[in-house]
Amino acid sequence: MCLVELKGSPKPVASCAWGVRDCRPGPHGEPPEVLTKSAMVRKAREGVMEFLLINHPLDCPICDQGGECDLQDQAMAYGVDSSRFKENKRAVEDKYVGVLVKTIMNRCIHCTRCVRFMTEVAGVPELGAIGRGEDTEITTYLEQAMTSELQGNVVDLCPVGALTSKPYAFAARPWELTKTESIDVMDAIGSAIRVDTRGREVMRILPRVNDEVNEEWISDKTRHVVDGLRTQRLDQPYIRENGRLHAASWRDAFGVIAAKVKQTQPRRMGAIVGDLAAVEEIFALKDLMTRLGVVNLDCRQDGAMLDPTWGRASYLFNASIAGIEQADALLLVGSNPRREAAVLNARIRKRWRTGALPIGLVGERSDLTYPYEYLGAGPQTLADVASGVHEFGARLREADRPLVIVGMAALARPDGVAIAALAARAAQGTGKEAGWNGYSVLHTAAARVGALDLGFVPGPEGRNAAAMAAPGALDLVVLLGADEIDIAPGAFVVYIGTHGDAGAHRADVILPGAAYPEKSGIYVNTEGRVQMAGRASFPPGEAREDWAILRALSDVLGRKLAYDSLTQLRQALFKAHPHLQRVGQLAPAGRAEVAALAARDGAFEKTAFGRSLDDFYLTNPVARASATMAECSVIAERRGALTAAE
Amino acid sequence: MAVRRLADPAVQPKSFTFTVENLDWAKGEIAKYPEGRQSSAIIALLWRAQEQAGGWLPQKAIEHAADLLGMPKIRALEVATFYTMFNLAPVGRAHVQLCGTTPCVLRGADKLIKLCHDRIGEPLEVTSDGKLSWIEVECLGACVNAPVAQINYDYYEDLTPETFSEILDDLAAGKPVKPGPQVARQLSAPSGGPTTLTDPALYSRGNGGKPQGSALHDAEAKKPGEPANVRDAATPKPPADDASAKRRP
Repeated sequence: MCLVELKGSPKPVASCAWGVRDCRPGPHGEPPEVLTKSAMVRKAREGVMEFLLINHPLDCPICDQGGECDLQDQAMAYGVDSSRFKENKRAVEDKYVGVLVKTIMNRCIHCTRCVRFMTEVAGVPELGAIGRGEDTEITTYLEQAMTSELQGNVVDLCPVGALTSKPYAFAARPWELTKTESIDVMDAIGSAIRVDTRGREVMRILPRVNDEVNEEWISDKTRHVVDGLRTQRLDQPYIRENGRLHAASWRDAFGVIAAKVKQTQPRRMGAIVGDLAAVEEIFALKDLMTRLGVVNLDCRQDGAMLDPTWGRASYLFNASIAGIEQADALLLVGSNPRREAAVLNARIRKRWRTGALPIGLVGERSDLTYPYEYLGAGPQTLADVASGVHEFGARLREADRPLVIVGMAALARPDGVAIAALAARAAQGTGKEAGWNGYSVLHTAAARVGALDLGFVPGPEGRNAAAMAAPGALDLVVLLGADEIDIAPGAFVVYIGTHGDAGAHRADVILPGAAYPEKSGIYVNTEGRVQMAGRASFPPGEAREDWAILRALSDVLGRKLAYDSLTQLRQALFKAHPHLQRVGQLAPAGRAEVAALAARDGAFEKTAFGRSLDDFYLTNPVARASATMAECSVIAERRGALTAAE
Repeated sequence: MAVRRLADPAVQPKSFTFTVENLDWAKGEIAKYPEGRQSSAIIALLWRAQEQAGGWLPQKAIEHAADLLGMPKIRALEVATFYTMFNLAPVGRAHVQLCGTTPCVLRGADKLIKLCHDRIGEPLEVTSDGKLSWIEVECLGACVNAPVAQINYDYYEDLTPETFSEILDDLAAGKPVKPGPQVARQLSAPSGGPTTLTDPALYSRGNGGKPQGSALHDAEAKKPGEPANVRDAATPKPPADDASAKRRP
C-alpha cells in the first residue's frame, strides 16, 4: 500500500523500501520527483488492495477490529466496490497462543508484524510463520501459550482482526467508547495509556505513544487488568463489629474513627501509603496527619532504604528511560526489569540490539530476553565491582555513560543504604559526560516516588512501616491502599482503598476509595517525571475519591483541611512542592547527591539479593482481583514448574 | 501444496538424537558459519535428521536440530514446514517423487500419476507394507528425459506406465532396479544411439592414432550408488568480515 510514482520510473516503487538517494534526477539535473496521489499510484494501490482482499473474509460486522482496522481504512480509501475473485477463499484453523490473544486466522494478511515484534522488541521468539505461500500460518510452536509480558501489544500491531484481545472479545465497538488519556500505575514506569470507557465501565486500556517513557508499548498487566476494576470492589464503608465487617454509612464510619482518634495519642498513630496512591491523596493524608501531630508516616511498605533527605537523585532513575539508549555499560543490581518494568526491559533490549553494551547482573538469575554476564548473587560481588576488583567494575569505570539499575530487591533490606552507596560508587564512570548520571533506582510502586517527593517518611523519632506493623507498636494505623503489609493484631486499622484485598481484610473501618481510572491524579514515575492521569470513570456505589474522603474525615476530626476542591488542593500542593507542576518534564540529574550517597559507608550482609516481585501478574490489589491476571499467573506458574522439571 | 503439519503424535517417536557419526558431521556443518550465525546450518541438519529418521522429520528431530543450533523451536519448525522436501510424516521405504510439470505431462506423466493413485494410493499415503509412497512434485529438471520420477536419491527417466509399474513392483518386492533412462538411451543422448559425431575417425587422437570408441556406453550410464548429498562439500573459506563482530560486546 506504500506504492508511489517516481518520475522517470515506468513502474511504481514501494516507498518503504526505496531510499531518496536511489531516486533518479530529471534529465536536466532537476531534483527527483515523487508523486503520491497520481492516477498511477491510485491504480497500483487498488491492485494491491484487491490482492490483499482475495483471501480476507468479509466478516467486518462480527470482527472486533471493525472500526479501528487498518485494512478497513485502506479499503475505504483504495478498495474497489466489488470483487473479481470467484475462486474459493482460503480457510485457516485458528491457533491457541495464550489467554490474552485471540486468533481468527482467516483474517491474517501475512504482514508478520507480530512475528517481528515478538522476536525483536519483546525478545521472546515464540511466534512464527509456518508453511509457505498461501498456506502460511502464524502460530506459536505447537500452539503453546506465549510467555512474553508484552504479548498484548501484538493485538495493537495486527493491522487486521487476526489477533484480537481475548478478554475484550465482543465486548464493545470502538465508536461506543469514550477515550480518556491517562497514566498507568501497574509499575513505576508510568506508561501513557488511553482508558476506554462505556458508560461508567472501563472496557479496555490501550497504550498511547510517549517516546520518553513507553514508546508505543504497554505490558500485559497494564492492558488486561481492567476486569480487576469491576470485581472485589469496595462500594460502601464498613465497620468491624464483634469481628465481622458490617456495611455502614459514611457518617458512622467517620464517627467510629473520630472516637478512636480521640482516645489515641498521636505517638500511637501512624499512616502507611500503598503502591497505587496518587500524589494528591498522599499530600492530603500527610497534611491531616501533620495536623494531628502524627510522625509515624511511611510510604515504603517493602522497607526500601530510601530517604528523601539525601536528595531527589538518591531515589530516582536518574539516567531516564530514554537515556538507556545512550548507556555504554549496564549493571543490574538486584533487579529483574523484565518483571518489574517490562516496557523498560524492552528499552534495554533495544539498546542491547544496537550492539556493544556490556551487561552485568548482580542478583537472582533469570531470563531477561538479552544475554548478560552473571557477576554474582549478593553485595560482596557488588562491592568488588564498585571497588574495581572485579573485571566488570573496570568496564564500568571506563564507560562514559555507565548505567547502574538498582532494584528493590537490593534496597529493601536492612543494609540497603550500604548497597545504595556501593551502587552509586559503581555508577561513577569516567565522568566525562557532564549531563550523565547513571545511578538509577528502578521502583516497583507507582506511588513511591511521589510519596518520597512529598516526604512521606517517618518524622523525628517516627517509626517506619515495619516498626508500625510490629505487634503493640501502634493503636491506630491508616492504610492508604496499603495491602502488601501485615499490621500485627492489636492496632485499629483504617483502610482507605478500592478492593477487598489484604488491607480490607485486616481493617476495622473500611473507607471505599477510587481506583486509578476513577480519579484525576498526579503520579511521579521512577525517573521523576510528573505525569497527570485523567479521570475516565466514577468510583462505584458510595465510594469517593481518596482526597475527598480525607477532607471529609478531617472535618469530623476537627482538623479541617484547607481545600474544598481538587483545584484548591493542587494549588496548595504546588505551593509546597513547586516541582510537581512541571508535568512531563525531568529535572536535571543531581550528581552531587549521588556522589554524597557514594561517600556513605556502611557494613553489608553476605546474603544474596532476593527478588522483589514473586509474580509479575499479581502485584497489586487491582491485579489480584482480575480473573485474566489470575489465569496468566497460573499459566506462568505451570510453565515455571515444567522448566524446573526439565 | 497443502497445509503442512507435524505427523500425528501416535506415530511420533519418543525421542531423537543424532548418531555419533551424524553429530560429528553436524558439528562440522555448524562450524562453517561465523559465530552468531549458527542457525544457518538448520537446513543441513534437518536434512541429515530426515535421512537418519528414515525419510521423514519427527517432531523430536526438529527440536533436536533447533537445540543443537541454540535457536527457538518455532524457527526450526518454520524451515521444516516451508520446504516441501522435508517430509513431516513417515514415507515408504521407496518414496516416489513424480514430476507433474508441463513437459512431463506432455510426455504422459498424467498416466503415471493415475497409476500411482491406483497402485499406491493417495499422495503421501504409505502402502500397508510400508514399502511405497508417492507425491507429485514440480519440475525435477530432467525434462529431456520426461516423464521422470525421483525415487529416494535416484532419477528414473523416460518412463512409461509399463516400465514404471515394473519398477514399483520390483521396489515393493525388494528387487534391485536400474536408475536412469528406462529406454535404450545413454543418459540424455538421443534414444537409439548417437545421431551426430558417429564417425569413429573423429575420435582418433593425432595423425597415426587408433580410432577410439565413445567415452561412455549405455551399460555404464548410471549405477546405483551413494546418494549425491553424502559427500562433503569443498572446504569453505573463512567468512569475510561481516557486521556480526560489532553486534557483540
